[in-house]
Amino acid sequence: MVTASHIHQNHICWGGAHTHSREHHLSIKQLSAAYGTHIVLEDISYSISCGHTLALIGPNGAGKSTLLNLLAGLLRPRSGCILWNGNDLSQFRSETAYLPQRSEVDWAFPITVRELVEMGRYPNLGMWRAFRKHDREIVDKALETLGLTELQKRQIGALSGGQQQRCFLARALAQEAHILLLDEPFTGLDVPGVEALSLILKDLASEGRLVIASHHDLATAPQIFDEALLLKRQLLAAGPTATILSPENLIKAFGYTSSAQK
Amino acid sequence: MNTFLQFLQEPLAQRSLWACAVIGFSNGFVSALILLRRSSLQIGTLSCALLPGIALAILLFGLFQFSILVGAIIAGLMVGLGSLFVSRTSRVEHDTALSVLHTTAFACGYIVLIRLGLQQKVDDWLFGNIMSMSNADLWIAYACGALAVLSITILYRPLMICLFDSRAATSMGIPTRAFNYGIFALIILVLVSSLQAVGAFLTLGLLVAPAATMHLLTNRSSLLFWGGGLIGGLGSVMAFFLSYPLEWHLGATIIVVLGSFFMLAYLFSPRYGLFRRR
Repeated sequence: MVTASHIHQNHICWGGAHTHSREHHLSIKQLSAAYGTHIVLEDISYSISCGHTLALIGPNGAGKSTLLNLLAGLLRPRSGCILWNGNDLSQFRSETAYLPQRSEVDWAFPITVRELVEMGRYPNLGMWRAFRKHDREIVDKALETLGLTELQKRQIGALSGGQQQRCFLARALAQEAHILLLDEPFTGLDVPGVEALSLILKDLASEGRLVIASHHDLATAPQIFDEALLLKRQLLAAGPTATILSPENLIKAFGYTSSAQK
Repeated sequence: MNTFLQFLQEPLAQRSLWACAVIGFSNGFVSALILLRRSSLQIGTLSCALLPGIALAILLFGLFQFSILVGAIIAGLMVGLGSLFVSRTSRVEHDTALSVLHTTAFACGYIVLIRLGLQQKVDDWLFGNIMSMSNADLWIAYACGALAVLSITILYRPLMICLFDSRAATSMGIPTRAFNYGIFALIILVLVSSLQAVGAFLTLGLLVAPAATMHLLTNRSSLLFWGGGLIGGLGSVMAFFLSYPLEWHLGATIIVVLGSFFMLAYLFSPRYGLFRRR
């Protein structure tokens, strides 16, 4: 059973997609966003339950990162709202975990893998409360789940690209976040790296989390993500990844089909 | 040697020794912040930019420690934020804008201070003079140091997330912008307190070398702060005992000692030194 190894994260709805998907759902309602007067997202409405891997697909400037930023609480919507189980998502700050692009991280920062994962406990512990046994166990579990136990004393710069990505995923697990937000996680990974990360993301989703990532590689998208949003300022299509990447939709979004790309 | 022991009996010497330890520690402690923010050069330019604020404050309110402090903070903010503003509203890059603004500010301050007939004071501010510190100065240095250590220790967790991963910090609900202004204010405060010890030119060494040395020795960020403080404090006290018998300038000696620490770590650090055992 999946649940056996993660007994401490009781609030995560294990196998949620099949058992109680109606209880944990993310709803976006008529969401719009703008930088100054420049509107980058317009009237997005969409709803999904936990247990899915969701890709945000679209050309450059389509609003993929903007949507991630809105979900992460880094940007306020111009209008509309984001609901988590029917309540405003911004009330549940530790339910979302934002994973930065690898190029945005200062890899020389003097921090070990374990310290990075421990950061995930901070929202839960507040400013001063000490780590208890429970917290240490969650950190241990997160490290173990992502195969980082042996590497926990390493400085983060001394890891491979895939391992670095897993550190941030482990932090999200330690945070006990329900919704994982990843900005182009597959950029710069080689083929085995893409496969490994893809398996991890699917595992995390099947345990009842909701994985949302911006993604630009149309060829790999259907294998990695079971659901997708096709964006170009507006929502062009939403649904199972393979179906929405139809030639007509791709021409609407990119002006060409995926087979003609490059 | 006897004269040195006699010298140590004097309140002036004891005060200087304490000042060395306290200013060295608080600067070393805060140096970790500057290292983690990767803003050493900006802070260097900032320290020189404080001069016109000091000059103006003396012009307006006379020669008091408090007016100097306020003037320095205002000048630091004006040059720091001013350069940011210039770079955002023109094609000039931030570093370039900062270079032009801070040298101009420094030149203005120099002219004003010389015209005010404060030649001797100018030398003190440029190169430091711990011996001239009054009791009040010492108390202000204590207060600045205590404030820095306390606020960093209390806010350590959110601070580290902010420094390492500001977007995740914002996402967790940490007021990242307030933290950035707070860090900036803290750095200026410590800068001003160290101005009397090592002066505007040399303060950069005191505010960077300790954490840089620790960075070569450890991977733990908490050690960067406390170890940096220890190195800063110990180095300054060592410099005090070296400078009297050798008749070296104290502020300059502090920087030379800290620079030597850094070189030693660079060469012989067990983990990251040039001659580490492989």
